[in-house]
Amino acid sequence: MATHTEPVTSAEAGLSDLAVSVVERARQAGATAAEAVVREGSEFSTTVRMGEVETLKESGARAIGLRVFVGQRTASTYSSDFSDDGIQRLVDGALELAHVTSEDPYAGIPEPSQLGLLPGDLKLYYDDVYSLPPEERIDYARRAERAALQADPRMKNSDGGSFDAAIGHKVLANSHGFVGSYRRSYCSVSAAPIAQDDNGNMQRDYWFSLSRTLSQLESPESVGREAARRTLRRLGARKIASTQVPIVLDPLVAGSILDNIFDAVNGDAIYRQSSFLAGKLGEKIAAGNITVVDDGTIPGGFGTEPFDGEGVPTRRTVVIENGVLKSYLLNTYTAKKLGMQTTGNASRGLAGTPGIGAGNFFLQKGERTPQQIIGDVKRGLYVIQFLGFGVNMVTGDFSRGVSGLWIENGELTYPVEEITVAGNLKDMLNNISEIGNDLKFRGSLAAPTLRIDGMMIAGE
Amino acid sequence: MTQNQSLFFHKFGITPTDLQRYLGEALSAGGDYADLYFEYLTSTSISVDESIVKSASQGISAGCGIRVLAGERTGYAYTDDLAPEKILRAARTAALIARGPAKVPIEGFKEHAGHHLYPVASPSADADIAAKLALVMRADRAARAYDPRIVQVRSGYFDELRQILVVGSDGTFASDVQPLARFTLHCVAKSPESSAKGSAGGGGRVGIDYFQTEKTPEHFAHEAARQAIIQLDAREAPAGEMEVVLGPGWPGILLHEAIGHGLEADFNRKGTSAFSGMLGKRVASDKCTVVDNGTLPSRRGSINVDDEGSPTQNTVLIEKGILKGFLSDKLSSRLMGMPDTGNGRRESYEHIPMPRMTNTYMLPGPHDPEEIIRSVKKGLYAVNFGGGQVDITNGKFVFSASEAYMIENGVITAPLKNCTLIGNGPDALTKVSMVGSDLQLDEGVGTCGKDGQSVPVGVGIPTLKLDSMTVGGTAR
Repeated sequence: MATHTEPVTSAEAGLSDLAVSVVERARQAGATAAEAVVREGSEFSTTVRMGEVETLKESGARAIGLRVFVGQRTASTYSSDFSDDGIQRLVDGALELAHVTSEDPYAGIPEPSQLGLLPGDLKLYYDDVYSLPPEERIDYARRAERAALQADPRMKNSDGGSFDAAIGHKVLANSHGFVGSYRRSYCSVSAAPIAQDDNGNMQRDYWFSLSRTLSQLESPESVGREAARRTLRRLGARKIASTQVPIVLDPLVAGSILDNIFDAVNGDAIYRQSSFLAGKLGEKIAAGNITVVDDGTIPGGFGTEPFDGEGVPTRRTVVIENGVLKSYLLNTYTAKKLGMQTTGNASRGLAGTPGIGAGNFFLQKGERTPQQIIGDVKRGLYVIQFLGFGVNMVTGDFSRGVSGLWIENGELTYPVEEITVAGNLKDMLNNISEIGNDLKFRGSLAAPTLRIDGMMIAGE
Repeated sequence: MTQNQSLFFHKFGITPTDLQRYLGEALSAGGDYADLYFEYLTSTSISVDESIVKSASQGISAGCGIRVLAGERTGYAYTDDLAPEKILRAARTAALIARGPAKVPIEGFKEHAGHHLYPVASPSADADIAAKLALVMRADRAARAYDPRIVQVRSGYFDELRQILVVGSDGTFASDVQPLARFTLHCVAKSPESSAKGSAGGGGRVGIDYFQTEKTPEHFAHEAARQAIIQLDAREAPAGEMEVVLGPGWPGILLHEAIGHGLEADFNRKGTSAFSGMLGKRVASDKCTVVDNGTLPSRRGSINVDDEGSPTQNTVLIEKGILKGFLSDKLSSRLMGMPDTGNGRRESYEHIPMPRMTNTYMLPGPHDPEEIIRSVKKGLYAVNFGGGQVDITNGKFVFSASEAYMIENGVITAPLKNCTLIGNGPDALTKVSMVGSDLQLDEGVGTCGKDGQSVPVGVGIPTLKLDSMTVGGTAR
């Protein structure tokens, strides 16, 4: 099973060997099963503010995490110390800890038959993210900020432009003989300008592009111009009276509703009965036009991995189909608790038991353009920012601060702020009446423009 | 030599001569200032779910962050390998920020006598893991025993010991050993009609004895279970502007969001805060005096020295409604010509320090809390909150009530569903009309996020009445 998705270099083989040897040492020390993860990465970031370099950061780090089982007891340790002594402490510490935890009949690593990795090149790694000389990296940040500041005389200040690049290498090995390894790369450019109106009131917004390869990063100029557009449209915002009108969510904001859906189908929340979707499998929980998919296999995706945090191949899972809840997202433990099969959504940090992570998680796009959706609204609110964390996943109660643009007779008019929108996610999912055709990934989670009816807006 | 210096000097073989050499390398291309931040962090976490110990983990991380300041520019690099050649390489990387002739760091370090705000726990904290476990199991039992409608309980204990050594090219030399412990409890209640959740937690820069004597597992368990049971009967919260009374303690997150972030010096230096240029002006009613105090013994937000090696202090932010000061670090204080308030903090050696809050709270006023509630005809009484957030630039902030009640004709009535409160930082506190005599600080669960960096903080208020605030409920 020791296959790799890329040619193996000697450095990579070194990390794989280390992971395998740590698992072996844990077995020799008395673990009945063990799993090790090794991570190595480096990052570069720079910000330019008002045309001048503000920060320049460049570094690398590595760490190892170990999870051991002694029968049905489990514990974990992590360290950045790769010396022989350090590794020994890692192994001994994990085994000692395992003796204080409880017998859990559901604990364990996946069955050998469940392990494996996706074949082929998933297009997660491009070394061009580090190919630019430092001056040109700084110039990316500078160009993004400059384009934002030059877009309009009201662009008066800035939180800066930035360029980031990072590469990482991850190895997972376990006592069933699984060894998986992959590399990934990332680069991004962003701008966060500040506009000021004649009364001295300021507004800030931002825009960004991110990519696995420099060759597909959007130009700094286009990022800067979009950041300026998003900032300028907020100038002169006012408060409005409390009312009940349809809301239309900008795709970035709609993504946070999708975040809520992810939290609600997370296997941990399901078996703990702390999700409003627990026990609803097979039931209609959303409007008939809603289909939500988790797909960890999309080449180049930001949520793509050849195997999950436990060495199970990632896959495509339809979570909601035409409004019906089809699947939760599960790892080995939550699947056993619920009498189901893992969906390959284990997410593994360095320490602790694996949690649940999404692959590329998205709401399938609809037919209509955002302009058509807004055009149908006589009076309503176009939401461009959510503030705060006012979502209760147990009850579905939803109450968050918003900024937006008032819709009057199908047109975006003046900006509004210092108001809230509230409702309950159970109702909100059923009241999504329109879905845009503008689905675009800017990260591992994506949603198109959405219209939701029936929510309460609190203001003056 | 303190215990902590000896850790870095003995365990990692670092000498004062090495430190001078690293700083010299960091300033090899010029610059105004350079510093080294050594960190050695051990942590333990235990969680009990469904009455069994499902997870226990321990970890160690160690590293050194090297910073070079040149004008408004910051160069930064870090290494998790404390071998001299690795630190020198990181120093050379950080040095690239400056363009000029090499500077020479001051010869010889001077260590200031710092605070002694918390016990220096033994670094081998794993010895008492069984005792920690016993506490978590007690919490689980207490929450389940509280009411048969409590159907799920998850409790956890987390502690860490952070040992730091900060040296600067200006002769700064400071070290600290910072314990931090936290207890958390989440539970779910179910009735035939509804479900609800409750959570509680607390701790500080304390040892395990704190949870055996002062705030027991039963205390947190009962608090979380009580909230969950109350929320089973919650009604729709109102929507719109109304009088709001905040209970004492954790609702002080109001101050953290409404004014705290907006008063961090970096935003004001750059003119990007809604409070920029408001020093000396009225930003609150004359009943409000607000401080940020990093020197309270054993508090979660307290530190003997900040992450730049400067002693923490008690800083007056607002005095009788007038804006008096900002929270500063070395960079902003130098560039703004203002005092360094000892608020330069960072998440770890991988992060650049910046101005952050410590414990932010309002001083008590003259009113009996009951008198404050009696004065409200129709309004909201909020006593527990989830998180909050602020848009620094336009000043709009939110914080979400997880336990709130209606006040009708001076009497507390029905519990309400979770709702978010929203306001505008520079004028929210001008609406404070009554300040209670019952100042409380939170129990020690706050974590503040800024630019992707998390640091532990505290907040506090006495019972407060705001004459008007927007409540984000669903009922008209």
